[in-house]
Amino acid sequence: MGILEVKGINKRFGGLQALGDVNLSVAENTVHAIIGPNGAGKSTLLNVLVGKLIPDSGSVMFDGQSVLGRQPYEINQMGISRVFQTPEIFGDLTVIENVMIPCFAKRDGAYRLHAWENTRNEKAIQEQAEAILADVSMLDKRNMHAASLSRGDKRRLEMAMCLVQEPRLLLLDEPTAGMARADTNNTIDLLKEIKEKRDITMAIIEHDMHVVFSLAERITVLAQGTPLVEETPENIKGHPKVREAYLGEAQV
Amino acid sequence: MLGLNAKDTSLFIVVIIMVLAAPILLNPFPADSALAQFNAGYPALMQRFLIFGILVVGFNILFGLTGYLSFGHAAFLGVGSFAAVWMFKLLSFNVIPAIILSIVVAGLFSVVIGYVALRRSGIYFSILTLAFAQMMYAIAYSDLVGKFLGTIITNGETGLQVYLDDPQILAGAGDPRVPHLFGLEMNSQTVWSVGGWEFVFQNGYYLCAVFMIIAFYMSIRIFRSPFGLVLRSIKSNQQRLNYTGVSTRPYMLTAFVISGMYAGLAGGLWSAMDPLTGAERMFWTASGEIVIMAILGGVGTLIGPILGAGAIKYMENIVSKINDNILHQWFAFMPEGIENFMVAIIHPFIGKGWHLTLGVVFMAVVIYLPGGLVELGERFIGLFRRKKTDNAPTGASTKPAE
Repeated sequence: MGILEVKGINKRFGGLQALGDVNLSVAENTVHAIIGPNGAGKSTLLNVLVGKLIPDSGSVMFDGQSVLGRQPYEINQMGISRVFQTPEIFGDLTVIENVMIPCFAKRDGAYRLHAWENTRNEKAIQEQAEAILADVSMLDKRNMHAASLSRGDKRRLEMAMCLVQEPRLLLLDEPTAGMARADTNNTIDLLKEIKEKRDITMAIIEHDMHVVFSLAERITVLAQGTPLVEETPENIKGHPKVREAYLGEAQV
Repeated sequence: MLGLNAKDTSLFIVVIIMVLAAPILLNPFPADSALAQFNAGYPALMQRFLIFGILVVGFNILFGLTGYLSFGHAAFLGVGSFAAVWMFKLLSFNVIPAIILSIVVAGLFSVVIGYVALRRSGIYFSILTLAFAQMMYAIAYSDLVGKFLGTIITNGETGLQVYLDDPQILAGAGDPRVPHLFGLEMNSQTVWSVGGWEFVFQNGYYLCAVFMIIAFYMSIRIFRSPFGLVLRSIKSNQQRLNYTGVSTRPYMLTAFVISGMYAGLAGGLWSAMDPLTGAERMFWTASGEIVIMAILGGVGTLIGPILGAGAIKYMENIVSKINDNILHQWFAFMPEGIENFMVAIIHPFIGKGWHLTLGVVFMAVVIYLPGGLVELGERFIGLFRRKKTDNAPTGASTKPAE
């Protein structure tokens, strides 16, 4: 039984069957990649997992609890964090403030009226935030405006914001999309380091096969909204169905 | 001091001094000099500075921190005003129960309106708040509720005021027949004549001053709190916040209610200064004026709202008093043709045309100083300490909002 169990998910947009009977099981403490050609339904699946979309049928269980019908913030409070394709950070705030907000959300829950305390006096939160910034080697940029960071640093900051909440499942939506090779490799190293340091389950949606084969322990191949195969990386490479899915796309 | 860091403490002390010494600071010209008309140190105007200052400080907690532009904030001001007058009518002319009820009633209204309006964001939120405010204005102006109940609630076009036959159950026999603080009449004043100067210290002004100082202090605390940090993050990236486990709507509603209660306080004070309250206090142009004050002063800054409110109320009262005769005096040294020409050019901008001056100033600020008057001040200070500021990181608190 995996930490994330997706059973029989169907999602239709008008005449398009975006997801057709998707079953997926992500085992705890593994890196699970979901790959597939464009339009395979990867992003739709991710949006179902984080509560942005409600599927027509099926169930999504996280650690024995249903995720469906919950708001994104509730799903986050259950222990699922999400990294976006383009880093979503608080551009107007400083780097350290960016990381403090998830710390508050973790400690205080979805809402707390802490209008009378002074943020400067929240020593525990600040130490927590500084520790995670040190982890992603961004402590020297703590007082910079987040909007002025480089693309790679924004990605690091977003990772730090997710990790500081100690999520049990980290969802990554094409974390290296649009990155140069060097940045991609940095991100791979960062993710490897994260994986080594803590017990965390990751589900990665990715185009870049280099990233997928560097990180993933299990791979699910999605094509036309349906999972084709679920295998280890070694067995995926020469798999006839996978070749068919990608080559089929190439012929179009 | 009081849980503030050094920078905020000095800002707070400056505001306290400015507010308490305003009757002197705003009266720089001797009473009989030609420039005396630029003096703003008379109670009726200084009260307006503070009442609108409080209002915009509260509005800034909503608009400055979260970026949600409420276009109906005058409604809470109006509700607070009516609530205060009702306390005068029912209990007594003591201002304390009146101001407390103003805050409570405005808070209740803002819970209801905020709950509905915050279902949408951006321009739709603004339109919803505007619609609510205009509905409330229409109800107050025709006293719809009063007609329905068969009694007076807002007294429609006439405006609500205290009559001799009102119950006033708590009023003592010797109580003043004007708003008072435990016997201390709001409109009584002490005049201090020094040389050619005349400084007027009025009880009502100092009541407003006390509330202004408290309101400003609370605003600093909110800005520096984790709550304020979450509000700023709502403005910055609501999507990220949702995926960070924070439920934005209760935070927004709290901010909305806090700023509504500030408006209620302002309304209550206004009634305490002038207990004839009309529905025009709720009209949409009044809401627009609040927005303009906030932007002119500097959205999202602590001191900006006070500067903006002061600047606009000053122009409204001082520029509108200048007339052609005064212009002729100013330009008397010129040859007559040029003098008449100058007067003709400036004529549209003075007197009733003060809105035109406001428009020009507002455009200039928005285009050249997006951070408002606060940015002007910062640039001015920056000229003197360029070397220091080059190395210092720009603080998030002073960063102007778009």
